[in-house]
Amino acid sequence: MAEKCKIQERYIRNFNTFNEKEQKLLMKSHVSIIGLGGLGGGVCEMLARTGVGNLTLIDGDSFEKSNLNRQILSTENLIGKPKARAAADRVHAINSSIEVNQIIKYADDSNLYDLIKKSDLAVDCLDTIDSRFVLERAAKKADIPIVSGAIAGVAGQVIVFFPEDPGYELIYGKKSRNRSHGVETETGNISYCAMIVASIQASECIKILLGRGDILWKKMMIIDLWTNTFEVMKLRIENFIS
Amino acid sequence: MIKINLNFFVNLTRFLPSERNAFPVPGGTTVDMLMKDLKIPDNSVKLIFVNGKKQEKTYCLKHNDRLGLFPPVGGG
Repeated sequence: MAEKCKIQERYIRNFNTFNEKEQKLLMKSHVSIIGLGGLGGGVCEMLARTGVGNLTLIDGDSFEKSNLNRQILSTENLIGKPKARAAADRVHAINSSIEVNQIIKYADDSNLYDLIKKSDLAVDCLDTIDSRFVLERAAKKADIPIVSGAIAGVAGQVIVFFPEDPGYELIYGKKSRNRSHGVETETGNISYCAMIVASIQASECIKILLGRGDILWKKMMIIDLWTNTFEVMKLRIENFIS
Repeated sequence: MIKINLNFFVNLTRFLPSERNAFPVPGGTTVDMLMKDLKIPDNSVKLIFVNGKKQEKTYCLKHNDRLGLFPPVGGG
Protein backbone atom coordinates (compact mmCIF):
# COMPACT_ATOMS: atom_id res chain seq x y z
CA MET A 1 0.00 0.00 0.00
CA ALA A 2 2.83 2.38 0.91
CA GLU A 3 4.59 1.58 -2.37
CA LYS A 4 1.35 2.23 -4.29
CA CYS A 5 0.91 5.63 -2.63
CA LYS A 6 4.54 6.51 -3.33
CA ILE A 7 4.20 5.63 -6.98
CA GLN A 8 0.90 7.48 -7.30
CA GLU A 9 2.31 10.65 -5.77
CA ARG A 10 5.64 10.83 -7.59
CA TYR A 11 4.41 9.67 -10.96
CA ILE A 12 0.90 11.09 -11.11
CA ARG A 13 1.92 13.25 -14.10
CA ASN A 14 3.22 10.15 -15.88
CA PHE A 15 -0.28 8.64 -15.78
CA ASN A 16 -1.95 7.67 -18.04
CA THR A 17 0.77 7.97 -20.63
CA PHE A 18 2.13 5.04 -18.65
CA ASN A 19 -0.10 2.85 -16.52
CA GLU A 20 0.86 1.70 -13.04
CA LYS A 21 2.07 -1.68 -14.28
CA GLU A 22 4.37 0.03 -16.78
CA GLN A 23 5.64 2.44 -14.15
CA LYS A 24 6.55 -0.51 -11.94
CA LEU A 25 8.27 -2.17 -14.88
CA LEU A 26 10.41 0.94 -15.36
CA MET A 27 11.29 0.90 -11.65
CA LYS A 28 12.59 -2.66 -12.06
CA SER A 29 14.50 -1.85 -15.23
CA HIS A 30 18.25 -1.37 -15.45
CA VAL A 31 19.86 0.95 -17.98
CA SER A 32 23.56 1.62 -18.51
CA ILE A 33 24.51 5.05 -19.81
CA ILE A 34 27.97 5.14 -21.34
CA GLY A 35 29.32 8.66 -21.64
CA LEU A 36 27.98 11.40 -19.38
CA GLY A 37 28.59 14.54 -21.39
CA GLY A 38 26.09 16.45 -23.50
CA LEU A 39 23.97 13.45 -24.41
CA GLY A 40 24.53 11.28 -21.34
CA GLY A 41 23.71 14.05 -18.86
CA GLY A 42 20.37 14.65 -20.58
CA VAL A 43 19.52 10.95 -20.86
CA CYS A 44 20.44 10.44 -17.22
CA GLU A 45 18.16 13.27 -16.10
CA MET A 46 15.21 12.10 -18.21
CA LEU A 47 15.42 8.39 -17.36
CA ALA A 48 15.71 9.21 -13.65
CA ARG A 49 12.68 11.48 -13.78
CA THR A 50 10.65 9.06 -15.88
CA GLY A 51 11.24 6.37 -13.27
CA VAL A 52 13.92 3.92 -14.41
CA GLY A 53 14.91 2.26 -11.14
CA ASN A 54 18.49 1.14 -11.79
CA LEU A 55 21.14 3.17 -13.56
CA THR A 56 24.77 2.31 -14.27
CA LEU A 57 26.56 5.55 -15.10
CA ILE A 58 29.92 5.19 -16.84
CA ASP A 59 32.45 7.91 -17.65
CA GLY A 60 36.11 8.29 -16.68
CA ASP A 61 36.20 11.96 -17.54
CA SER A 62 35.99 15.03 -15.31
CA PHE A 63 34.33 18.33 -16.14
CA GLU A 64 36.21 21.08 -17.96
CA LYS A 65 35.17 24.67 -18.59
CA SER A 66 34.55 23.83 -22.24
CA ASN A 67 31.71 21.52 -21.14
CA LEU A 68 29.68 24.38 -19.66
CA ASN A 69 28.21 25.41 -23.03
CA ARG A 70 26.11 22.26 -23.29
CA GLN A 71 26.51 19.55 -20.66
CA ILE A 72 23.58 19.79 -18.27
CA LEU A 73 25.46 18.15 -15.40
CA SER A 74 28.34 20.60 -15.61
CA THR A 75 28.45 23.64 -13.35
CA GLU A 76 31.30 25.97 -12.43
CA ASN A 77 31.72 24.41 -9.00
CA LEU A 78 32.12 20.93 -10.54
CA ILE A 79 35.05 21.78 -12.84
CA GLY A 80 37.66 19.08 -12.28
CA LYS A 81 35.13 16.72 -10.68
CA PRO A 82 34.20 13.31 -12.18
CA LYS A 83 31.17 13.32 -14.45
CA ALA A 84 29.97 9.96 -13.14
CA ARG A 85 29.90 11.29 -9.58
CA ALA A 86 27.97 14.38 -10.66
CA ALA A 87 25.50 12.18 -12.53
CA ALA A 88 24.99 9.92 -9.51
CA ASP A 89 24.48 12.94 -7.24
CA ARG A 90 21.96 14.40 -9.67
CA VAL A 91 20.00 11.15 -9.91
CA HIS A 92 19.88 10.82 -6.14
CA ALA A 93 18.75 14.44 -5.80
CA ILE A 94 15.86 13.63 -8.16
CA ASN A 95 14.98 10.27 -6.63
CA SER A 96 16.92 8.82 -3.71
CA SER A 97 15.39 5.37 -4.22
CA ILE A 98 17.04 4.85 -7.64
CA GLU A 99 19.86 2.30 -7.47
CA VAL A 100 22.91 3.96 -8.99
CA ASN A 101 26.16 2.33 -9.92
CA GLN A 102 28.66 5.10 -10.69
CA ILE A 103 31.71 4.00 -12.64
CA ILE A 104 34.54 6.54 -12.86
CA LYS A 105 36.39 4.67 -15.59
CA TYR A 106 36.74 4.94 -19.33
CA ALA A 107 34.97 2.10 -21.10
CA ASP A 108 37.25 -0.32 -22.93
CA ASP A 109 37.26 -3.91 -24.12
CA SER A 110 38.61 -5.12 -20.78
CA ASN A 111 35.88 -3.67 -18.57
CA LEU A 112 32.73 -2.74 -20.46
CA TYR A 113 31.05 -6.14 -20.74
CA ASP A 114 31.25 -6.70 -16.99
CA LEU A 115 29.91 -3.20 -16.33
CA ILE A 116 26.83 -3.52 -18.54
CA LYS A 117 26.03 -7.25 -18.51
CA LYS A 118 23.23 -6.93 -15.93
CA SER A 119 21.51 -4.10 -17.80
CA ASP A 120 18.39 -4.34 -19.91
CA LEU A 121 19.89 -1.95 -22.43
CA ALA A 122 22.85 0.33 -23.05
CA VAL A 123 22.68 3.98 -24.08
CA ASP A 124 25.49 5.13 -26.33
CA CYS A 125 26.33 8.71 -25.39
CA LEU A 126 30.00 8.34 -26.30
CA ASP A 127 32.03 10.95 -28.14
CA THR A 128 34.28 8.93 -30.42
CA ILE A 129 33.49 6.51 -33.21
CA ASP A 130 36.11 4.02 -31.98
CA SER A 131 34.55 3.79 -28.53
CA ARG A 132 31.15 3.05 -30.07
CA PHE A 133 32.57 -0.11 -31.62
CA VAL A 134 33.88 -1.08 -28.16
CA LEU A 135 30.35 -0.70 -26.82
CA GLU A 136 28.94 -2.74 -29.69
CA ARG A 137 31.20 -5.68 -28.86
CA ALA A 138 30.26 -5.54 -25.17
CA ALA A 139 26.52 -5.17 -25.84
CA LYS A 140 26.48 -8.07 -28.31
CA LYS A 141 28.23 -10.25 -25.72
CA ALA A 142 25.76 -9.11 -23.05
CA ASP A 143 22.90 -9.68 -25.50
CA ILE A 144 21.34 -6.27 -24.92
CA PRO A 145 20.21 -3.52 -27.33
CA ILE A 146 21.97 -0.18 -27.80
CA VAL A 147 20.24 3.16 -28.12
CA SER A 148 22.80 5.25 -29.94
CA GLY A 149 22.95 9.01 -30.32
CA ALA A 150 25.54 11.28 -31.88
CA ILE A 151 25.73 15.02 -32.53
CA ALA A 152 27.70 17.61 -34.46
CA GLY A 153 26.84 21.28 -34.24
CA VAL A 154 23.04 21.48 -34.47
CA ALA A 155 22.66 18.11 -36.22
CA GLY A 156 22.32 14.67 -34.78
CA GLN A 157 21.30 11.08 -35.31
CA VAL A 158 19.60 8.37 -33.25
CA ILE A 159 19.41 4.67 -34.01
CA VAL A 160 18.68 1.45 -32.11
CA PHE A 161 20.70 -1.72 -32.57
CA PHE A 162 19.77 -5.16 -31.30
CA PRO A 163 22.50 -7.75 -30.68
CA GLU A 164 21.87 -9.64 -33.92
CA ASP A 165 22.12 -6.49 -36.07
CA PRO A 166 25.18 -5.50 -38.13
CA GLY A 167 25.74 -2.53 -35.81
CA TYR A 168 27.83 0.58 -36.27
CA GLU A 169 29.39 -0.64 -39.50
CA LEU A 170 26.03 0.16 -41.03
CA ILE A 171 26.37 3.88 -40.32
CA TYR A 172 30.11 4.45 -39.90
CA GLY A 173 31.43 1.90 -42.41
CA LYS A 174 34.16 -0.66 -41.87
CA LYS A 175 35.97 -0.03 -38.62
CA SER A 176 39.36 -0.19 -40.30
CA ARG A 177 38.37 2.72 -42.57
CA ASN A 178 36.99 4.89 -39.80
CA ARG A 179 38.36 8.02 -38.35
CA SER A 180 37.77 8.25 -34.63
CA HIS A 181 35.89 11.52 -34.73
CA GLY A 182 33.17 12.91 -36.96
CA VAL A 183 32.58 16.46 -38.13
CA GLU A 184 31.92 17.60 -34.54
CA THR A 185 35.64 18.46 -34.42
CA GLU A 186 34.77 21.12 -37.01
CA THR A 187 31.32 22.20 -35.80
CA GLY A 188 31.51 21.83 -32.02
CA ASN A 189 28.34 20.82 -30.20
CA ILE A 190 25.44 23.04 -29.20
CA SER A 191 23.41 22.58 -26.02
CA TYR A 192 19.91 22.48 -27.49
CA CYS A 193 20.96 19.92 -30.08
CA ALA A 194 22.47 17.71 -27.37
CA MET A 195 19.26 17.91 -25.38
CA ILE A 196 16.95 17.15 -28.29
CA VAL A 197 18.99 14.10 -29.31
CA ALA A 198 19.17 13.00 -25.65
CA SER A 199 15.37 13.32 -25.49
CA ILE A 200 14.92 11.04 -28.50
CA GLN A 201 17.34 8.55 -26.94
CA ALA A 202 15.45 8.58 -23.63
CA SER A 203 12.19 8.03 -25.50
CA GLU A 204 13.66 5.06 -27.37
CA CYS A 205 14.86 3.58 -24.07
CA ILE A 206 11.42 3.81 -22.50
CA LYS A 207 9.74 2.25 -25.55
CA ILE A 208 12.18 -0.66 -25.57
CA LEU A 209 11.78 -1.24 -21.83
CA LEU A 210 7.97 -1.15 -22.10
CA GLY A 211 7.74 -2.95 -25.44
CA ARG A 212 5.57 -0.17 -26.84
CA GLY A 213 5.55 2.15 -29.81
CA ASP A 214 7.73 2.37 -32.92
CA ILE A 215 11.43 1.97 -32.32
CA LEU A 216 14.20 3.42 -34.51
CA TRP A 217 15.22 -0.08 -35.51
CA LYS A 218 16.34 -0.67 -39.10
CA LYS A 219 15.99 3.06 -39.49
CA MET A 220 17.76 6.15 -38.27
CA MET A 221 16.43 9.53 -37.24
CA ILE A 222 18.36 12.46 -38.66
CA ILE A 223 17.93 15.88 -37.13
CA ASP A 224 19.18 19.22 -38.48
CA LEU A 225 18.03 22.22 -36.53
CA TRP A 226 19.24 24.81 -39.07
CA THR A 227 16.62 23.50 -41.48
CA ASN A 228 14.14 22.01 -38.96
CA THR A 229 14.74 18.61 -40.54
CA PHE A 230 13.48 15.60 -38.61
CA GLU A 231 13.66 12.62 -40.93
CA VAL A 232 13.52 8.90 -40.31
CA MET A 233 15.67 7.18 -42.93
CA LYS A 234 15.23 3.52 -43.76
CA LEU A 235 18.33 1.37 -43.64
CA ARG A 236 18.70 -1.45 -46.12
CA ILE A 237 16.78 -4.45 -44.87
CA GLU A 238 19.27 -6.89 -46.43
CA ASN A 239 21.84 -5.63 -43.93
CA PHE A 240 19.78 -7.15 -41.14
CA ILE A 241 19.57 -10.83 -40.31
CA SER A 242 15.99 -10.71 -39.13
CA MET B 1 18.72 15.57 -68.41
CA ILE B 2 16.89 14.61 -65.25
CA LYS B 3 16.27 16.82 -62.25
CA ILE B 4 16.89 15.85 -58.64
CA ASN B 5 16.46 17.43 -55.23
CA LEU B 6 19.57 17.82 -53.09
CA ASN B 7 19.66 17.93 -49.30
CA PHE B 8 23.11 18.05 -47.72
CA PHE B 9 23.66 18.15 -43.97
CA VAL B 10 26.02 19.77 -41.46
CA ASN B 11 29.30 20.83 -43.10
CA LEU B 12 28.25 19.43 -46.48
CA THR B 13 25.84 22.33 -47.05
CA ARG B 14 28.77 24.30 -48.50
CA PHE B 15 28.67 22.01 -51.54
CA LEU B 16 25.00 22.69 -52.29
CA PRO B 17 24.48 24.27 -55.73
CA SER B 18 22.01 27.14 -56.06
CA GLU B 19 19.53 25.03 -58.04
CA ARG B 20 19.36 22.44 -55.26
CA ASN B 21 15.60 21.86 -55.55
CA ALA B 22 15.73 20.91 -59.24
CA PHE B 23 19.36 20.20 -59.99
CA PRO B 24 19.90 18.97 -63.57
CA VAL B 25 22.14 15.92 -64.15
CA PRO B 26 22.53 13.69 -67.21
CA GLY B 27 20.59 10.43 -67.14
CA GLY B 28 22.77 7.59 -65.84
CA THR B 29 24.52 9.76 -63.25
CA THR B 30 25.43 7.87 -60.09
CA VAL B 31 25.76 9.40 -56.64
CA ASP B 32 29.52 8.91 -56.91
CA MET B 33 29.66 10.81 -60.21
CA LEU B 34 27.55 13.64 -58.79
CA MET B 35 29.82 13.93 -55.73
CA LYS B 36 32.85 14.22 -58.01
CA ASP B 37 31.10 16.88 -60.13
CA LEU B 38 30.27 18.90 -57.03
CA LYS B 39 33.82 18.38 -55.71
CA ILE B 40 32.62 16.70 -52.51
CA PRO B 41 35.56 14.81 -50.97
CA ASP B 42 34.95 11.07 -50.91
CA ASN B 43 35.61 10.64 -47.18
CA SER B 44 33.38 13.53 -46.13
CA VAL B 45 30.15 11.60 -46.76
CA LYS B 46 29.20 8.69 -44.54
CA LEU B 47 25.53 8.17 -45.30
CA ILE B 48 23.67 8.45 -48.59
CA PHE B 49 19.89 8.53 -48.57
CA VAL B 50 17.68 8.56 -51.64
CA ASN B 51 13.98 9.21 -51.06
CA GLY B 52 14.50 8.42 -47.36
CA LYS B 53 16.26 5.10 -47.91
CA LYS B 54 19.95 4.31 -47.46
CA GLN B 55 21.80 3.74 -50.73
CA GLU B 56 25.35 3.23 -51.95
CA LYS B 57 27.49 5.55 -54.07
CA THR B 58 26.82 3.34 -57.06
CA TYR B 59 23.10 4.20 -57.00
CA CYS B 60 21.94 5.53 -60.38
CA LEU B 61 19.89 8.69 -59.86
CA LYS B 62 16.39 8.96 -61.29
CA HIS B 63 14.20 11.94 -62.15
CA ASN B 64 12.72 13.60 -59.04
CA ASP B 65 14.94 11.62 -56.64
CA ARG B 66 15.56 13.31 -53.30
CA LEU B 67 19.24 12.83 -52.45
CA GLY B 68 20.48 13.35 -48.89
CA LEU B 69 24.16 13.31 -47.92
CA PHE B 70 25.18 13.07 -44.26
CA PRO B 71 28.72 13.33 -42.90
CA PRO B 72 30.19 11.15 -40.12
CA VAL B 73 28.78 12.41 -36.81
CA GLY B 74 30.29 11.11 -33.58
CA GLY B 75 29.99 13.76 -30.88
CA GLY B 76 28.33 13.19 -27.55
